[in-house]
Amino acid sequence: MITDNNWEKNLFDIIKKHKINFLPYVPDAGHAKLISLSEEDQSIKPIVLSTEEEGVAFSGGCWLGGKKSVLLMQSSGVGNCINMLSLLSNCNFPFVTLITMRGEFGEFNSWQVPMGKATQGCLENMGVVVHKATNPIDVISFTDAALYSAFSSDQQIAVLLSQRLLGRKEW
Amino acid sequence: MVGKDINLKRRSVVKQIVDNRKEAKIITGLGSPTYDVFDAGDNDSNFYLWGAMGGAAMVGLGLAMANPNLPVIVITGDGEQLMGVGSLATIGVQKPNNLSIIVLDNGYYGETGMQKSHTSFGVDLHKIAKASNFKHSFSVKSDNDLNNLIDYLPPIDGPIFANIKVEPQLPPRSLPILDGVELKNRFRKNLNLKAL
Repeated sequence: MITDNNWEKNLFDIIKKHKINFLPYVPDAGHAKLISLSEEDQSIKPIVLSTEEEGVAFSGGCWLGGKKSVLLMQSSGVGNCINMLSLLSNCNFPFVTLITMRGEFGEFNSWQVPMGKATQGCLENMGVVVHKATNPIDVISFTDAALYSAFSSDQQIAVLLSQRLLGRKEW
Repeated sequence: MVGKDINLKRRSVVKQIVDNRKEAKIITGLGSPTYDVFDAGDNDSNFYLWGAMGGAAMVGLGLAMANPNLPVIVITGDGEQLMGVGSLATIGVQKPNNLSIIVLDNGYYGETGMQKSHTSFGVDLHKIAKASNFKHSFSVKSDNDLNNLIDYLPPIDGPIFANIKVEPQLPPRSLPILDGVELKNRFRKNLNLKAL
């Protein structure tokens, strides 16, 4: 059963169900649990990146070799990826990214707001399908559908994880 | 000054590497390295980038990690690698022994009218790779250096990095197909993967 306090574990289980091999990431608090679960799991390897577009290119190379990856990043990283996303649309590479949102709901840091506002538009302008999840049930079902569609029909899909899921970052 | 005392010619360098590839897969960075590799002989095991600047090394890392027993050679230019310079650090964390990154360093952005790149001002990608914990990093400036590098190809004891200083010349363009889907499908088919 999916509850508010175990959605991160459920998300990891869905990723495992789809036999994802690699989780390239630039960290975010919202992905911390997923990253630590993958560090303890022999079948999924986390790959730390120096910038998010590396994960886009990595995903393409990985698929060329017949393996699957899911890119984890926060919304600010989407801006770093824009031109690299052209690799995916030119080659129809399957691609899934899970993006934790900043600057969108209950944000304290104004510097996060411009990219938070632009995230969905940037992705869609580059041909990436966007699903926005604001509750734990949607996170699981959207990710399940995204992984199925992307790797069976060569689509590029982003699942946005709202700040509503993560709660307000208190300082 | 870059260009002075540099005798290696890019087409000849690339031809020698490609002729010694054996079973290695080759990923190319956009611009001249793509033309150089195509000119040395087209092959379904070549994946040419025509864009996605800065991404060649990471495409290579993804492929190398997906198939740890498959040697992968990335051939790119100094400008392309500089745009993805952080990927050298990322590769240095994963340390795949089947990956080599080869930079054809002419010190210029050839595709856009020969503007000087950082390497013309003394920035040394070989030292960056070395500091990023590549197992072997070579600075190649002569035929002897090149022969030494070729002994390490295809890569089985990597990750290997080589910065090859080449003359800043622009050989005639030699253009592979542009269609990314076709490039992807033929590459995957060659690995017996489903051409989706």
